[in-house]
Amino acid sequence: MIKLENLIFQHPHTDAPVVNDVSFRVEQGRLAVLLGPNGSGKTSLFKCIAGLWRPTSGVVRLDGTDLLALSYRQRAELLAVVPQDHTPPFPYTVMEAVLMGRAPHVGLYSAPSAEDMQIARQALESVGVSHLAERCYTRISGGERQMTLIARAIAQDAPLLLLDEPTSHLDFKNQHRVLEMVHRIAADKGLTVLMTLHDPNLAAFFADQVVMLKQGRIVADGQPEDVLQEDVLANLYDIGIGIASGEGRRLIYTRSQRVQET
Amino acid sequence: MRIKSIIILLSPFLAAALSLFVGTYGLSPSEIIDVLRHAFSAADSAEATIILDIRLPRILLSGLAGMALATSGATMQAVLRNPLVDPFILGISAGAAFGCAIAIGFLAWLPLQVAAFVFGALAVFLACVMARSGGEISRLSLVLSGVIVSAFFTAMLSLIKFLVDPMKLQNIVHWLMGSFAMADWQQVRTSGIGIVLGCLPILLLRWRLNVISMGDDEARSMGVNVSVKRIIFIGSATLAVTSAVAVSGIIGWIGLMVPHLIRMVAGPDHRRLIPLSMAGGATFMICADTVARNMTSFDLPVGIITALAGAPFFVYLMKRGGKESWGV
Repeated sequence: MIKLENLIFQHPHTDAPVVNDVSFRVEQGRLAVLLGPNGSGKTSLFKCIAGLWRPTSGVVRLDGTDLLALSYRQRAELLAVVPQDHTPPFPYTVMEAVLMGRAPHVGLYSAPSAEDMQIARQALESVGVSHLAERCYTRISGGERQMTLIARAIAQDAPLLLLDEPTSHLDFKNQHRVLEMVHRIAADKGLTVLMTLHDPNLAAFFADQVVMLKQGRIVADGQPEDVLQEDVLANLYDIGIGIASGEGRRLIYTRSQRVQET
Repeated sequence: MRIKSIIILLSPFLAAALSLFVGTYGLSPSEIIDVLRHAFSAADSAEATIILDIRLPRILLSGLAGMALATSGATMQAVLRNPLVDPFILGISAGAAFGCAIAIGFLAWLPLQVAAFVFGALAVFLACVMARSGGEISRLSLVLSGVIVSAFFTAMLSLIKFLVDPMKLQNIVHWLMGSFAMADWQQVRTSGIGIVLGCLPILLLRWRLNVISMGDDEARSMGVNVSVKRIIFIGSATLAVTSAVAVSGIIGWIGLMVPHLIRMVAGPDHRRLIPLSMAGGATFMICADTVARNMTSFDLPVGIITALAGAPFFVYLMKRGGKESWGV
C-alpha cells in the first residue's frame, strides 16, 4: 500500500505550490490512475513520489517505509518508474536497455549476471516482445519502445510501478494493448500501479481507483464508476462533459461544438 | 562480434611488437631479437640502448596515452550523453596546457603531471560550478561552460607565451604540438601511474555508464546516485587525460574518434566499449607515433598524424554507416 500524507511541493522563488496538500492511498495490488488537465501538478507529484524532487513537506510511505528517507538504490528496489517516450543518445539493443532495470540489484563493481539476463529475458517475454531482444532500441516503433520500458521496470522487480503517461505517444490500438498488458502483469504479480493518463475513458476501463488533481489539489478520489461523473469531470477539465452508455460500457465525451459551415 | 573483440584486445600488443622493429637507426630484425633475448642481462651496446631505452618506453608511453584519451572520450560521451564531446570539451586540455606552460615557463620545480592535473581539474571544476543551477547540472550548460573555460585558459596560455622568455617559449610551443620524442622510463612510470589510476575506476564501474547515459532522472529511478557517479567518472577521466597530456602535449582526435569506431564495430554497450576503447586507443596511438617518427628524417608531432589519418577515415566510416552511425 502506498500512502501520501499532506504532500506539498513548491518550486523555489515561486508564490504558489504546484502540489498542494495532497493525501491519498492506493491499496496493494490495485491500479490507480491520476487524472488532471495539463499543468495540474501530475508530473510534479510523480517526481516527488519517485524521489527525484524533494517535496517541501509531506510524507510518502510504502507499507510504512518512508520512501523519501531512502537512498536511490533502496528506493529503486521498491519502486520502478516507466518514463515517457524518449530517445537515448546511443543505440543500445532492447536487451541492453531492459538489463539496465537490474541496476539496483547488481553490485557496484559488477555487470549483470546470467541470472540478471534470465530475469530480463522473462520480463521481455511477459510483455510479449522477446523477438525484439537484439533489435536496436532507437529503431523500434513507439509502441514497442513503451513495451521495452515497461519490461525494464518489470525487470527492476519492485512492488510499486509508476507510469508517467504511458499512452501519450501511442496510436489507438497500442494505447489499449499497453494498458491491457500493464493490467494483466500487475494482476499476475500483485503489483501496485500508479499511472497518469489523459483519456478518462482509458481510466474508466482499466482503473480500480481514480484520483483527480486540479491546480495541485485533489478534487476527487474513488472508484471509477463513482467519480467519473459528468459534473466531476466538467469541473476537472472546465469543459462540458457527457456520458453515453451501451453494451455495458460508458463513453465519456466532451460537449464542445464544432463550428458549422454556413 | 566475439572474434572482432578479441582481435581488438590483442591489437595493441601486436602493434607494439611491430613498432619495435621500425626506426630511423637501421637495425635488422635478427639484431633486435638478439637484444630482446638478452634484455635482462646487462648488455650495454648501442643497439640495446636504442631498443630498450628509446623505442620501448616510447611505444609504451604512446600506448598508455592513447588508452587514456580513448577511455576518457568514451566516458565523457556517456556521462554527458553526447556522442560529439571528447576529453577536451570540459576545458581539461586547455587547463592542463596552461598548467604545463606555467610549469615550463616559471615554476621549474613543479612536475608537469601535477601542474597538468591541478589545472585540468580546476577547469572541470569551474565548468561544473558554472553549469550548476538549482543543484542540477544540465548537459547543454555543461558543454557551454566547458567552451567558456577553454577559451579562458587558452587566452591565459597565450598570455604566458607572450611573457615567458624566448628559450622557454620554444619548449612550450614544442610541447603543445604533441610528441613522444622525449619519452623515457621515468615518464612511463610517472604518467603510467596516473593513467592506470584514472582508467581503473572507469573499467570497474563501466556498466553503470549505460544506465547514466539514459539521463539523470531515469538513472536515479533505477537506483544510481548520479551526482556521486558523475564526479567519480569525470574525476577519473580527468586524471587519466591530464597524466597523458603532461608527457605528450595536446593530441587531438583519439578521444573523439576511437570510441565511435569501436561503437560501429561492437555496439554502444559500455561493458564492451570501455575495454575495447582502451585497446583501440593504444593501438591507434602506437601506429600514429610509429609513422610520426619514421615518415621523415626528423620527428613529426604525432598530433599531426592523428588528425591527418583520423579525419578522413572518420568521414569515410560515417558516410558508409549513414545517419545511424552518428548515434542519432
